[in-house]
Amino acid sequence: MLRLEDLQVAMDASALKVDLALPPGRRVALLGPSGAGKSTLLDAIAGFRVATQGRILWQGRDLTQSRPDARPVSILFQDSNLFPHLTLARNLCLALHPDGRRPDDEANARIEGALRRVGLEGMADRKPGTLSGGQQGRAALARVLLMARPVILLDEPFAALGPALKREMLDLVREVGESLAALVVMVTHDPRDAAGWAQDVVFVAEGVAHPPVPTDRFFGDPPQAFRDYIGEIG
Amino acid sequence: MRSLTFTVAAGCLSAGLAMAETPVLTVYAPDYFVSEWGPGPKIEELFEARCACDLQFKPGDLLPRILLEGDRTEADVVIGLNTDVTKKARESGLFAPHGVDLSPLTLPLEWTDEVFLPFNYGHTAFVYDTTRIDTPPASFDALLDAPDDLRLVIQDPRSSISGLALVLWVQAVYGDGAEAAWDKLAPKIVTATKGWSESYGMFTDGEVDMVLSYTTSPAYHIIAEGDETKKAAIFPEGHYFMVELAAKLAGTDQPELADQFMSFVLSEDFQGMIATGNWSIPAALSQDKWPEGFQKLDLPEKVLFYTEDEAAELRAEAVEAWRRALSR
Amino acid sequence: MAARALAVSAALALAFLTLGPVAVVLARAGGFATLGPGDWQAVRFTLWQALLSASFSVVLAVPVAKALARRRFVGRALLVTLLGAPFILPVIVAVMGLIAVFGQAGLVNAGLTALGLPTIDIYGVHGVVLAHVFFNLPLAVRMLFSAWQAVPAEHFRLAASLGLGVQAQWRVIDGPLMVRVLPGAFTVIFVICLTSFAVALTLGGGPRATTVELAIYQAMRFEFDLGRAAALAVLQLALALAAGLVALRVSGQSGFGAGRDREVPRWDGQGALPRLWDGAWILLAALFLLVPLLTAVMRGVPGLLLLGPDTLRAAGHSLMVALGSTALCMAWALPLASRRGELLALPAIAISPLVLGTGLFLIVRPFMNPFDMALPVTGLVNALMALPFALRILRPEAETVVRDYGRLRTTLRMTPLAWLRLVWLPRLRRPMGFAAGLTAALAMGDLGVIALFADPDRTTLPLQVYRLMGSYQMEAAAGAALLLLMLSLSLFWLFDRGGRVNAAT
Repeated sequence: MLRLEDLQVAMDASALKVDLALPPGRRVALLGPSGAGKSTLLDAIAGFRVATQGRILWQGRDLTQSRPDARPVSILFQDSNLFPHLTLARNLCLALHPDGRRPDDEANARIEGALRRVGLEGMADRKPGTLSGGQQGRAALARVLLMARPVILLDEPFAALGPALKREMLDLVREVGESLAALVVMVTHDPRDAAGWAQDVVFVAEGVAHPPVPTDRFFGDPPQAFRDYIGEIG
Repeated sequence: MRSLTFTVAAGCLSAGLAMAETPVLTVYAPDYFVSEWGPGPKIEELFEARCACDLQFKPGDLLPRILLEGDRTEADVVIGLNTDVTKKARESGLFAPHGVDLSPLTLPLEWTDEVFLPFNYGHTAFVYDTTRIDTPPASFDALLDAPDDLRLVIQDPRSSISGLALVLWVQAVYGDGAEAAWDKLAPKIVTATKGWSESYGMFTDGEVDMVLSYTTSPAYHIIAEGDETKKAAIFPEGHYFMVELAAKLAGTDQPELADQFMSFVLSEDFQGMIATGNWSIPAALSQDKWPEGFQKLDLPEKVLFYTEDEAAELRAEAVEAWRRALSR
Repeated sequence: MAARALAVSAALALAFLTLGPVAVVLARAGGFATLGPGDWQAVRFTLWQALLSASFSVVLAVPVAKALARRRFVGRALLVTLLGAPFILPVIVAVMGLIAVFGQAGLVNAGLTALGLPTIDIYGVHGVVLAHVFFNLPLAVRMLFSAWQAVPAEHFRLAASLGLGVQAQWRVIDGPLMVRVLPGAFTVIFVICLTSFAVALTLGGGPRATTVELAIYQAMRFEFDLGRAAALAVLQLALALAAGLVALRVSGQSGFGAGRDREVPRWDGQGALPRLWDGAWILLAALFLLVPLLTAVMRGVPGLLLLGPDTLRAAGHSLMVALGSTALCMAWALPLASRRGELLALPAIAISPLVLGTGLFLIVRPFMNPFDMALPVTGLVNALMALPFALRILRPEAETVVRDYGRLRTTLRMTPLAWLRLVWLPRLRRPMGFAAGLTAALAMGDLGVIALFADPDRTTLPLQVYRLMGSYQMEAAAGAALLLLMLSLSLFWLFDRGGRVNAAT
């Protein structure tokens, strides 16, 4: 269980208040308008932002003071998820060997396996710059697969992709999450992404992240703030 | 076989010991001394031939370095000092009397200093190129009255010894009128460089008509380049005397060698070489023994010189007069 | 944590080497001496000429760098390399080259006379500024040029697709870039000009152009007044630090997002007028910077035949010193590539070389014979003096790397060594090549502290040039200077090129 107890995180002008729990293995969408604090919440979980109040617990272990690299979390950012000057193999190998050593046979086999899972078979020697946007997203997901951490955070990494491609990527994320039995938390501002993909929705608006609601129930009886948001985007 | 090995080894050992025992005379000298074109290598060769010692030059700053090092200085002898620092050097108490008989000196003035020994000399002079100037100013007055399109380059008296000598030269010629003289000279002075090299480079490049240099400068062109077009303008008012000096350190750990070196400085070997070695007039050699090129030099009849005490008293005001006049 | 320890020790070494010598000189002098009115006049002139020199250098660099960044033409790469040459030229050679072009008997006046126009006079404040711009314009151009090249292609594409006009593009791309780069460039140049000495004297036309460094020289060499020298040196340091602090306040931290490592095609400035404008600037800069260089080369060619074994050996020593300095400087710069590090390094170029040399001499002397230390000390001092330039070049890029990939590094739990080897060094290859080239070239040409640490058997090439001039060997000196120029440029080219070939793609 990922517990965010009475958490408060400073934002530019205001603060985000969170008090909720997310069970392992779930797919959760963080939904809400721009600037509401979705990415802030993700950063707080990943450890890139320090909470001003409250606690973060994973399976009972207190992470509040842990450094980002000591948390059981892998994260995909909006961009810069791969080092452009390294081949996919070297990029992925960092997930297996953070000391940066060259992949040995065993590592190569695992890297090739991960690339196959995401549909990039035989592309281990390519550099990210030679791939399409979708392929880059797949490569980053392959690395998440290799990192095999129990919490996966996604900060709108596919926002730039077309609808069909994005759906494909979301399916892939689901596969990756299921095979790792990981809690997957994804930031999105698009209700359709959330509806088709997430099991739970955490609605973030006006400085508060509301507790998770199963997706069907959320869209069946949306809260007033969500209706206002939908109304705004038309 | 064994005995041969032993003999060879013993031979090597004794040779090594002999090497280790060769006394070293450490001589501080100005930087240009030790280049392949400077007098250093010749001095070293000549002296080592007569001393069974190892003469080692340490080029660079002279007095500043010795003053920083104090009585722990490694130097046994220093060569290449100028009269502008003798007062400071003497007051430091770091130097010992040279003990050399001064009667062989052939300087144009009397020299009785017991600590600082002259080895060559020259005079400040404005050097020009006969292909560009037909009739150079015949006197200092004429130089002051020359048209302002006569282009001179001098050295800054605050960073250059020859620049300082020029300021004292003007002081010696014009006394209280020195600042007025500088006023007349100012429009003709293109610039005052940091050192002599920059000035002389500007002159040989044709950027200026006359350069503040030495009466001996033309000798280099005559002897090394066979070029007789460079001449020093000689002024009847007199020229400032510039002499280079050697001195022995009081704290030397090689007093005999140092003494031997000091006498060597006035020997005919040294004096015969120094003219073309350092492009200056030997301090103890009669004119008929000078190299031919030097005999052709135009030299002043009258020589001006301030003792170190006089110079110390005049210097600050003379430089200030120069600065005021050239800043207007 | 290891990285932090490394940064702290690099900073401590830097502070010790810049402030230590001043403190030692001061201790030896027994305190500061008071400064006279002449000294304050020197301070005023020094500030004034440094301000003018730095302003002209950065302002003129803008159109030149912009033109070079957005035009493609044959010989562009060579021109970019050659434009760096004045910065690494030995002062005396550069001054002679400038006089040959702008002097009374120079090319410009010959041309003016032929046209029946009045001649110009180079000597005066304007001559000093001209020479400083000649030395430092290339540095400013290169800094701006690199910054422009680091702008992601997407930005230009965006600007092109939006059809942004000249003014709009200036506001969106060029303006922020100027704010980021110019204050740093201005400061570095301002501080270099603070310690100007031989240039100011030779071209300044007399005592009107008295700088602080001359006053230090006078105090040190002529009057042995260490107290006055130390007071002036501290004043010089304070001025440099003040300039550095102002620059840090002015320049924002904002950079550009991570690019995708593609060659930057440009769509702006396609009209005839912009082309003409850019062409004119490139031509003017090339003429201004390369013609004096060319005269130095021409003067040196006959002298090449006169190079003796002494000079060749000196060249060998200089190469050794240059390579050692470069390695040291790079190792020193990497942990210090931050705002604080850059500010800390600024004193290294503001400190009077004379005071630095004297201080080091006093520090070294109780333990070792200074003569034996000639080359190591020269190498160390050259590395120290090049450090601010290396940091100016590396810091923006280093910060970009951290900003773009720092979080990825953390989430991947990369070890410090892996980060250094796989990300830091490869991503910084281009600026490191440039910085290393600059360091090597500067270390070839710098005289440093040799006056007190001279070793007759281990002369460096610049010292040899001065020795030859001191012995009337003007032609051989010009030849040795040409050799020095060729070696410096070759080193610069090799490193700079090495950084750019296959860099991080």
